Amino acid sequence: MSELIQSPMMDMSRSLSGQVVTTKFDKILGWARKYSLFQYPFVTACCGMEYMATACSHYDIDRFGAAFARFSPRQADVIWVVGTISHKIAPVLKTIYDQTADPKWVVSFGACASCGGPYDNYATVQGIDTIIPVDVYIAGCPPRPEAVLDGLLKLQDLIQNQKHDW
Amino acid sequence: MSKFPEHIAIEKSHPTAVLDWHDRFGDRTLIVDGKQIVDVITLLRDSFGYNMLVDLTAVDYFPRRPRFEVVYHFLNVDSHARLRVKVQLEESHPHIASIISLYPIADWLEREAWDMFGIKFDGHTNMKRLLLYESFEGHPLRKDYPKTKRQPLIGPQN
Amino acid sequence: MSNTDHLPTLDAAVPTYEPEFQQKEMLLNIGPAHPAMHGIIRIQTKLEGELIVESDVEIGYLHRAFEKSCEESTWNQAIIYTDRLNYVSAAINNVGYCMAVEKLLGIELPPRGQYIRTLLCEISRIGDHLTCVGASAMELGGFTVFLYMIKGREYCWELIEEYCGARVTTMATRVGGVPHDLPEGWLDKCLWVIKEVREILAECDILLTNNRIFVERMENVGLMPAEKAIAWGWTGPCLRGSGVAYDVRKDFPYLVYDQLDWEVPVGRRGDNLDRYLVRMEEMEQSCRIIEQCVAKIPGGPINCDNKRVTLPDKKDTYGNIEGLMNHFKLIMYGHGIRVPEGEVYFPVEGGNGELGFYIVSHPDEHSKDGCNDRAWRVRCRPPCLPMVACLPEIINDYMIADIVPTFGSVNMIGGELDR
Ligand code: SF4
Repeated sequence: MSELIQSPMMDMSRSLSGQVVTTKFDKILGWARKYSLFQYPFVTACCGMEYMATACSHYDIDRFGAAFARFSPRQADVIWVVGTISHKIAPVLKTIYDQTADPKWVVSFGACASCGGPYDNYATVQGIDTIIPVDVYIAGCPPRPEAVLDGLLKLQDLIQNQKHDW
Repeated sequence: MSKFPEHIAIEKSHPTAVLDWHDRFGDRTLIVDGKQIVDVITLLRDSFGYNMLVDLTAVDYFPRRPRFEVVYHFLNVDSHARLRVKVQLEESHPHIASIISLYPIADWLEREAWDMFGIKFDGHTNMKRLLLYESFEGHPLRKDYPKTKRQPLIGPQN
Repeated sequence: MSNTDHLPTLDAAVPTYEPEFQQKEMLLNIGPAHPAMHGIIRIQTKLEGELIVESDVEIGYLHRAFEKSCEESTWNQAIIYTDRLNYVSAAINNVGYCMAVEKLLGIELPPRGQYIRTLLCEISRIGDHLTCVGASAMELGGFTVFLYMIKGREYCWELIEEYCGARVTTMATRVGGVPHDLPEGWLDKCLWVIKEVREILAECDILLTNNRIFVERMENVGLMPAEKAIAWGWTGPCLRGSGVAYDVRKDFPYLVYDQLDWEVPVGRRGDNLDRYLVRMEEMEQSCRIIEQCVAKIPGGPINCDNKRVTLPDKKDTYGNIEGLMNHFKLIMYGHGIRVPEGEVYFPVEGGNGELGFYIVSHPDEHSKDGCNDRAWRVRCRPPCLPMVACLPEIINDYMIADIVPTFGSVNMIGGELDR
């Protein structure tokens, strides 16, 4: 709750002796959304191995409120694009993005998804941001689990501070 | 180095089939006339027990002539003998008979060779691309296909 | 009892209606983005009720031009692309590629280098099998097993990371050697990891092998007779599950496998359960191999002594002019390792079966010495392609739910399937 209490309108709550917290509606919406991320892992390649490692008990992504992988885009908030996107799979990725219900965010996981990585050739899309909008990029080939968790925290920051539709 | 038994047996029944042979690096290799490839491989499978087609691929030796080579790797799982058979193909309309009736796995491997090199396999009923998509033009593993020539289905061109 | 004959019956009011159940076949598309398809592959099935009568597999969604990329990079640069073939056991790919190039160059590693490579291969193999078994158990509802096995894989990867600095994409070998010697205390850690892995295997064995749900879903599903498996080009644990004791490590020994004592497990029927049991036993055998390697590993040099292939020591590179020149010659564009013209095929036993590299060295028009600093053609014989090509044969005539264990036991890895 610390983010809420830092809100500029906090002064008022003192007079209400800690019973009531006032904040902006956007803030509380962001706070609620960032800790209940349902993710859709769009796993294609080697980065998926590190995604698995992050999701399992060693690194435990569950601690950050983003454990639940939903394999239907209609139930997901975050699309993790994990691995190389070839031209053959690109239309599928686009469809999945379109199917995801708002609000939605996209994390580009690893060098390949972000910019094509080691593959600069006829088969590979040079970064998924040529197809769909991306919110957070995670660098690495593959990124270490720590980097993935850092990327998740960055995404949560972004969600906390953005404007929400309601 | 003397001829290996497969070579002698093929010569006996198909005198013009084997064009050349070598065993550099210990890999026994026969270079075979493309028109008789099915007969040769049938003989190898039935008389020498090469029951596994380990790999089928092609190589583009541009600008050498003949330009393409189709390479078969066989393995006898029981006696652990290996044999490589190669066929050279000309640049204009490269084609060769399919061996799908002998080894079912040739289905996908031949489709891949078509996809990557544009080599037609006569008698293959489903000559579609395997790894790329139908609207892709050209054959990327040919030496004259530029590495970064992209043909995206969606998104910006190059 | 009152007489109701004069009252109208319902039959008169409602026209008789015989419900017509659909007898038609139904098409069902699974994938490419589907949780049970590890990686991306598309299976189109024709169903009759829940029975699969026909199916078709489409691959290529992860085609990223491995072979073309290798042709355009130098001999050592191409190793990074081999990492990404079977990314669960990357070190085996590195070893396979490097040994193929070494065969072309006609050089051989000193014993310590060979032992290091063997150790890396076997650790990777354990990681590979753990992932495969764990993932297929998870898909059948055994999530605990998945967590346990990934824990084991994590230990293996930490070992690999300690050696080469990366967990997944290892680049653990170079042409003509390995990048560096083993870190201090690494061998002891190896033994500790083996101990942990054995514990995990014992636990998972209890959780799975006697678990009725698991066994009944695996047993007699996805049957593959030996003869057919060979004709389809199967190798590795899947072929051994069908009862053929073909293992490249035994039948075409490379590295130091022929100096060690280990066995090749085989199955009897060739169903999913056999493939699972073979994988479990192979992990045990790999543990044995690692133990023996740790006990036997000799001292001495790790790289072959050939200045035209191996990079000099860093202290020579920075310390004297010969070392500097040597380094420069090997790295500079257009020089590099000069490999003579020729073609080789070199198989190693990958996680999924025979991983072969067919490498052609052929001088291009700029070459003056008939050699080349890059490969003309690198062909990887993907071990899991035959199994995936054959997938319709082992899922047709089974229930749709049986796709999951069968596909899991095939252990498709997108990177090496599509390259
Ligand atoms: S970024 Fe690296 S590890 Fe990730 S998918 Fe691409 S090549 Fe594989």
